[in-house]
Amino acid sequence: METLKQMFKNNIRQYGMLIALAVIMIFFQIVSGGVLLRPLNVTNLILQNAYILVLAIGMLLVIVAFHIDLSVGSVAAFIGALAGVFMVTWKMNFIAGIILSLVIGGLVGAWQGWWVAYLKIPAFIVTLGGMLIFRGLTMVTLNGTSLSPFPEGFQKIASGFIPDFFGGKGIHITTLIVGVIATIIYIFYELMNRKTQKKYNFEVVPMGFLIAKIVLISAAVNLFTYSLAAYKGIPNVLILLTILIAIYTFVTTKTVVGRHIYALGGNEKAAKLSGVKTQRIVFWVFVNMGVMSALSGLVFTARLNAATPKAGNGFELLAIASCFIGGASTAGGIGTVMGAIIGGLVMGVMNNGMSLMGVGIDWQQAINGMVLLLAVAFDTFTKSKAS
Amino acid sequence: MSDTISEMKNITKTFPGVKALNNVNFKVKDGEIHALVGENGAGKSTLMKVLSGVYPHGTYTGDIIYKNKVCEFKDIKDSEALGIVIIHQELALIPYLSIAENIFMGNEQAKSGVINWNDTITRTRELLEKVGLEESPKTLITNIGVGKQQLVEIAKALSKKVKLLILDEPTAALNEDDSENLLNLLLEFKKQGISSILISHKLNEVSKVADSITILRDGATIETLNVEKDQITEDRIIKGMVGRDLVHRFPHRDVPVGEIMFEVKNWNVYHPLHEDRKIIDDVSFNIRKGEVVGIAGLMGSGRTELAMSIFGRSYGKKFSGQVFKNGQEIFPTNVNKAIDNGIAYVTEDRKNYGLILIDDIKRNHSLVNLKKISKNYIVNENLEILEAENYRKKLNIKCSSILQKTVNLSGGNQQKVVLSKWIFAEPDILILDEPTRGIDVGAKYEIYTIINQLAAEGKGILLISSELPEILGMSDRVYVMSEGKITGELSREDASQEAIMKHVINQKQGVM
Repeated sequence: METLKQMFKNNIRQYGMLIALAVIMIFFQIVSGGVLLRPLNVTNLILQNAYILVLAIGMLLVIVAFHIDLSVGSVAAFIGALAGVFMVTWKMNFIAGIILSLVIGGLVGAWQGWWVAYLKIPAFIVTLGGMLIFRGLTMVTLNGTSLSPFPEGFQKIASGFIPDFFGGKGIHITTLIVGVIATIIYIFYELMNRKTQKKYNFEVVPMGFLIAKIVLISAAVNLFTYSLAAYKGIPNVLILLTILIAIYTFVTTKTVVGRHIYALGGNEKAAKLSGVKTQRIVFWVFVNMGVMSALSGLVFTARLNAATPKAGNGFELLAIASCFIGGASTAGGIGTVMGAIIGGLVMGVMNNGMSLMGVGIDWQQAINGMVLLLAVAFDTFTKSKAS
Repeated sequence: MSDTISEMKNITKTFPGVKALNNVNFKVKDGEIHALVGENGAGKSTLMKVLSGVYPHGTYTGDIIYKNKVCEFKDIKDSEALGIVIIHQELALIPYLSIAENIFMGNEQAKSGVINWNDTITRTRELLEKVGLEESPKTLITNIGVGKQQLVEIAKALSKKVKLLILDEPTAALNEDDSENLLNLLLEFKKQGISSILISHKLNEVSKVADSITILRDGATIETLNVEKDQITEDRIIKGMVGRDLVHRFPHRDVPVGEIMFEVKNWNVYHPLHEDRKIIDDVSFNIRKGEVVGIAGLMGSGRTELAMSIFGRSYGKKFSGQVFKNGQEIFPTNVNKAIDNGIAYVTEDRKNYGLILIDDIKRNHSLVNLKKISKNYIVNENLEILEAENYRKKLNIKCSSILQKTVNLSGGNQQKVVLSKWIFAEPDILILDEPTRGIDVGAKYEIYTIINQLAAEGKGILLISSELPEILGMSDRVYVMSEGKITGELSREDASQEAIMKHVINQKQGVM
């Protein structure tokens, strides 16, 4: 039981934010008179926040490695602009255009990573420079105007939904089935996990707890998919997000590379003396961030159906705030992908809820700032109490 | 009593788990130079930090009597107000400010917050003249050498109307001329009625300038010698500093020593920034199978630099020399290659270089050898827990669980985690740099036991330590290092504290 307590204690921040997210959702659900969780609004929530969440995933790695990337908004805009040139001006096939854009995103990341990792220029400076450089290049590329329209296939990334193979009327049956399959996979995973833990003679969560957890999560998943099904089904971009979350959660928690990123962020000198190739890892974390910025830029451009010079303004700050609200440490070495997603959703839901209540964008921004401050302050206080 | 400027009575100071000072008595006469000697860790610096208020009243027990008054210093300002000034081993100057700015740091010549620069510069000139430093007051600290920086520190002390000057190893980083200069300055101050306390390892200096010598050992006063009355020789001082019962402090080891398994030949390393400064000078040594080889020497003699430069060139520049393992030349040019070649380096600075403090025990434990618990670069966390748990029991790491963060462990247990991590890496050669620094006696014994087990498994161990008893109690063979060179090699039979100190000190005096 001691081990389990410790485990809970180590993750208290994440559970805390999850509970906070639930409370915020319930609050706005009530004050908005049930509009918040209406099928249309749930779908909108996802479509509005997807590009920030994509950035938050990449940013989480950067922050865990004890760096920062201020350029992601500008890079997203720059890649959006290039995508516009490829697909609108040059009429390139949209799949080729996407691949080319992602590759360029990776090169942008490599450029910044090289300065940070090998030349030891502080990431704050390199990416502050990058923020200006790529915003400038965006304007150069677009010549001050917008580019549109994009091919239909490309727009579908951000605004399309998965097709319903069963032709349900009024309800999207495929979506419901996906929800059920996801639930089954989840239950199977939990039980397998329990079995291996028993095999190793570890303490396991009491069966009662496990069942309660499974019921709660299954209910949440199916309610969510039901709500989506009642509108147009699962948005394509949600599939993309789910895959990204799964991959990055796996990489950060289960792989050697993931361990090395956390070790490097926690104590670079000790990590280096333990054989972690610190420079190489920082370099690749930035390359990854570049690709994620590109992806975010593509999703945003597809949603607007236009490449505009002002795209991505302030994205970097939202992505960074998501990570910190979600429990990442400003001193590096601590943070989870799920946490960053929850942090992003906390802000997304609050903004959406406030919009529903008629709170203006001005107040929304101020309140977002307060949330960031309070979340990190809470973290600092609980930590100083613990030690 | 009027000829006594300061007296410390029954001073006891404890740090978590360690008694640093135990009932120390220390008396300085007015207008004398009083030397304070003892091994590293004997408590000299701690005692001086108590005297100067770095450790405020209440954190220790005992009395400080200064000029016949009992003093309770709350901080260093209190003691400075009475004319007690301490100059620490690491100079506390700000590199990108000028000499004048540094001298009057915290004591600015100002009226209602506005600095009077003319006044500052004039007074700085006067002070610099007193210490014999010919530099413009506007010169930046970073542009003058260590010797001159030391003089700036002293000028700073003079600006505070010093009556009792405490110098902690002032000549450790100085060359002959600068040291000479500084000692003459102390003699000059003595004439002006300023008393000094001089902490030094260089016994030739001590016997040259000191009027009295107090010897500390293991946090207790051993004796105070009067230079005029007692016939003082360096041997006499060394004898006071060392010589204690070594029986039972070290577990017995009976391991047959095998053939040479690790050898370093003609190893040279230069300073990473000042590339003309040689840090390691033509060092050759070897380690046999199952052997514990000690490296003795003072702090700053290049021991850590030697170890780190061999361990994947983690320190220094412009390396030359050869490394052999089992007769074959190996090239551990980076940390990974060193680890792959079976070398492990357990750092002296476990908090900054050894542990990821915000991570738990198990993650720290597995960091070096994630390979062993992963398949296709995917970590098997269950196996990781099993292994960490296994080592926790084996090394007797006291913790609530292996999920406890290492920042919350005691020093001894942190050290065990660092050891467990490197033993888990399955090395053949372990370089242990001050493996028992800052940990209590009980934990020390456990770590010695672990070292013996490793030797029994046929590993070669290089033990770097500033504590001579530890070196003598644990090593099969001892190398003495001084100023980047190996100045002596002693077998277990020949090794004694006196013999080691002689090798250290001879080198310091330039007598080979």
